[in-house]
Amino acid sequence: MPTARAMVLPDAEVVAALKRGDDAAFAELVDAYSPGLMRMAQMFVRDRAVAEEVVQETWLAVLRGIDRFEGRSSLKTWIFRILINTAKTRARREGRSIPFSAVAHDDEPSVDPDRFLGPDGRFPGGWMLGPSEWQTPEDELLQGETRDAILEAIDRLPDTQRAVITMRDVEGFPPEEVTAALGISDGNQRVLLHRARSKVRAAIEAHLGAIEPNKFALEPS
Amino acid sequence: MSCKEVVELVTDYFEGVLPAEDTRRFEQHIEDCVWCARYLEQMRLTINTVGRIDEVSISPAAKDSLLHAFRDWSAERQSS
Repeated sequence: MPTARAMVLPDAEVVAALKRGDDAAFAELVDAYSPGLMRMAQMFVRDRAVAEEVVQETWLAVLRGIDRFEGRSSLKTWIFRILINTAKTRARREGRSIPFSAVAHDDEPSVDPDRFLGPDGRFPGGWMLGPSEWQTPEDELLQGETRDAILEAIDRLPDTQRAVITMRDVEGFPPEEVTAALGISDGNQRVLLHRARSKVRAAIEAHLGAIEPNKFALEPS
Repeated sequence: MSCKEVVELVTDYFEGVLPAEDTRRFEQHIEDCVWCARYLEQMRLTINTVGRIDEVSISPAAKDSLLHAFRDWSAERQSS
């Protein structure tokens, strides 16, 4: 993770440095936000090369528009908004439909319903195949095959879910930024976020094989 | 509140949008149920992990061309 000055300095100082022509400050800003911008761009244009062009266009638009930045939102938010507009325009030009008007389907269960007991037993809706403890330390989840499994799970998400989990959990935007940027309701972004998180958790679990039968629940009553 | 219901409410719980009565029942369930406590912890871990995953940035060539563009932009600005 980059710990650039851009991420700790007040926005006003970063903007002042850019206006002064401080190229180290610009380089740090580019380093700090380009990974997130790439990920966001790929929500609209899947092709990596095209996404990179969108990110470059965004940075040029940031420079051209820097005098219009008034600090009403954070610099990060402002840059990401420019990215989203640039990416949407590019996606439209390439004839790619923009998925964000889609409504969340609320009928997808977070966990395979077959893993719960039926309505008639002693514990209706209780775990039959429960989650077992993850033996992998937190830091190791980010390495090797587990990391690949997580990235794959995010890639496989429907566009809207990927957009929301990227903004909320990868980039750390608050819900109101997500609803504004994607044009969806607060309830909708929460449903999409929950679906996305549940699937990523399930992918980690599947990768670790961390499922165990609830023997107690399976005993005859 | 059953385990099957609990797993649907985790994000609402984290976001603090569950009504007070549901929050109470949710927390009571988590206290009583080792499986759901584990599930909740795993959702927390998932969120943290997703937030820390390192990402692909733009290529060095793209960054270089941006730095050139910045110098041009800056030079033009100072001269006008």
